[in-house]
Amino acid sequence: MGELAGNKHVEYILSVERRKDDFHSVLMEHLRMNGAYWGLATLDLLGKLDAVDSEDVVSWIMKCQHESGGFGGNIGHDPHVHYTLSAVQVLALFDKLDVLDINKVTGYVASLQKEDGSFSGDTWGEVDTRFSYIAICCLSILKRLDSMDVEKAVKYIVSCKNMDGGFGCTPGGESHAGQILCCVGALAITGSLHHIDKDLLGWWLCERQVKSGGLNGRPEKLPDVCYSWWVLSSLIMIDRAHWIDKEKLIKFILDSQDTENGGISDRPDDAVDVYHTYFGVAGLSLLEYPGVKAIDPAYALPVNVVERIFFGRCST
Amino acid sequence: MASSGEDRRAWVPLGSLPEFADVTPLPQDDGPSPVVAIAYRDEFRETMDYFRSLYSSRELSPRSLLITTLAISFNPANYTVWQFRRQVLEALDADLTDELDFTERVAKGNAKNYQLWHHRRWVAEKLGSDAAYRELEFTRKIFYLDAKNYHAWSHRQWVLQALGGWENELDYCVQLLEEDVLNNSAWNQRYFVVTKSPLLGGLKAVRDSEVDYAIEAINMNPQNESPWRYLRGLYNDENDAWLNDSRVPSACLRVLKAKRNFKFALSTLLDLLCLGFKPNQEIRDAITSLRTPDSGEVGSDSDLAKSICSILGHEDPMRANYWTWRSSKLPQAAEV
Repeated sequence: MGELAGNKHVEYILSVERRKDDFHSVLMEHLRMNGAYWGLATLDLLGKLDAVDSEDVVSWIMKCQHESGGFGGNIGHDPHVHYTLSAVQVLALFDKLDVLDINKVTGYVASLQKEDGSFSGDTWGEVDTRFSYIAICCLSILKRLDSMDVEKAVKYIVSCKNMDGGFGCTPGGESHAGQILCCVGALAITGSLHHIDKDLLGWWLCERQVKSGGLNGRPEKLPDVCYSWWVLSSLIMIDRAHWIDKEKLIKFILDSQDTENGGISDRPDDAVDVYHTYFGVAGLSLLEYPGVKAIDPAYALPVNVVERIFFGRCST
Repeated sequence: MASSGEDRRAWVPLGSLPEFADVTPLPQDDGPSPVVAIAYRDEFRETMDYFRSLYSSRELSPRSLLITTLAISFNPANYTVWQFRRQVLEALDADLTDELDFTERVAKGNAKNYQLWHHRRWVAEKLGSDAAYRELEFTRKIFYLDAKNYHAWSHRQWVLQALGGWENELDYCVQLLEEDVLNNSAWNQRYFVVTKSPLLGGLKAVRDSEVDYAIEAINMNPQNESPWRYLRGLYNDENDAWLNDSRVPSACLRVLKAKRNFKFALSTLLDLLCLGFKPNQEIRDAITSLRTPDSGEVGSDSDLAKSICSILGHEDPMRANYWTWRSSKLPQAAEV
């Protein structure tokens, strides 16, 4: 089996090619906040966060904050809870959460909770269990879970549980590994994992592993490196990670690397991108691959960062 | 307005158009050396410069609507543009049926775009239950190209519950499953219909025929995960009813006798045994014939269950740890 080309991935992230005809790069402007999180979290996991000037990034992040307290995907963009979480996560990576007016951010996130406990992503009201997770994760990092109705939030998430043990985006929505991670993560953070049938869900999740060793997100779909994160972090949070074949998954991720130019793609031989590079490295972290820092499955941040947030100490 | 592609076919610099004469374009502030570097094409840059200008002055006018159309044609994932478009549409009190046409054009090639589906839902909600039929048709078109599109299924479920249109939904599931019996989304939708449709009388009313339907699918493709889960879901919390439906172990037996693709048949029997199911001799024999050298004797029911776990550990080595764990968790039932 190959090896993790860590340095190549660091280079890839630090200098994404400036190709004028690469239309794909054009599409990143509005979600630069997410891209910053994927890129910087990967650098931190590979021990190279100091390759980036934190002052520059922090000051750019703060320019993305809206008067409502929420953050947009870039300067001048409307706020959304997804970019707000990414902003908070990046600040946590740099240990700069203290630049925030906590009340302001908290107020924005908490305001997105609806009567039935669900969360919308922004003031336009789209509801999805992804936003429940995002809100809970964000408020937890800020140590302000008290500002939302946790009981109702949990109740809504549980209402999205399906008969196969999984979770969908809304009640009745098809079980999907991404939605499952959001629901399991939210329940983990709020101390509510007892609502999950861990055996049933664990089996559904381990059935995502296909012959090639990769993981898919739903029955009869293709494997994708990003599910190394969604499926595996869910399994870890419910203590069932040993139900997949870890060696085969490691091989699948490593085979999806571009070892010459850096970056990881969704599956072997496809084009790389920052998103899959992050999820591939994060997946390898969960698989305890040497040379990659440990990552927390619920917060999607390095374990030392999470410890620093909650216990104020730094372990490397 | 023409379709998205045609919007840009013969590009005329916006600065030379009379209707934009009084607008000062605002460039993007990209911040420091970007972690995610961006390459712009000139037309896109010009469009976004004009967008920023109109957006920052909060101008809610027809030319603003035009700018959002152009911006979306370049980048349909820019959620700020979509949000501004909604504000413009509201301010202009626009005819939202045109908006349905617009989103359908954008959907071509962007069927997995979150912003598109969110916008479509906003439009449909405003149009109300009159829109139900068209929304069901729209998702049907999407499914024709990708029958598992998660956004489209989420939208369709919302339409049924918010706007109605349940009449033909079960038939539609039948059709999709005829086209691809492995389509897990269609199985999920079927479960959604039988449990939530106001027209079918609830799960218990249709359970009998649904069990037959699931078993028929199992007979065709025993390795298909979906109908097995569907079958179990029909009995959900009702273990007694599940245990007493003899069609289930019969279906398992049929698969075992074929000696191929028997993983889910065995795991279903395993689940039944753990709930106290008493297998007949025919089932015992069928399991025995699948034994691998180290499966052990199949005397009591708990031996039978252990044997199943052992067989599955060989049959499904990727999940060997799961089957070992199942073996370790078997109820210590005292068998007569």
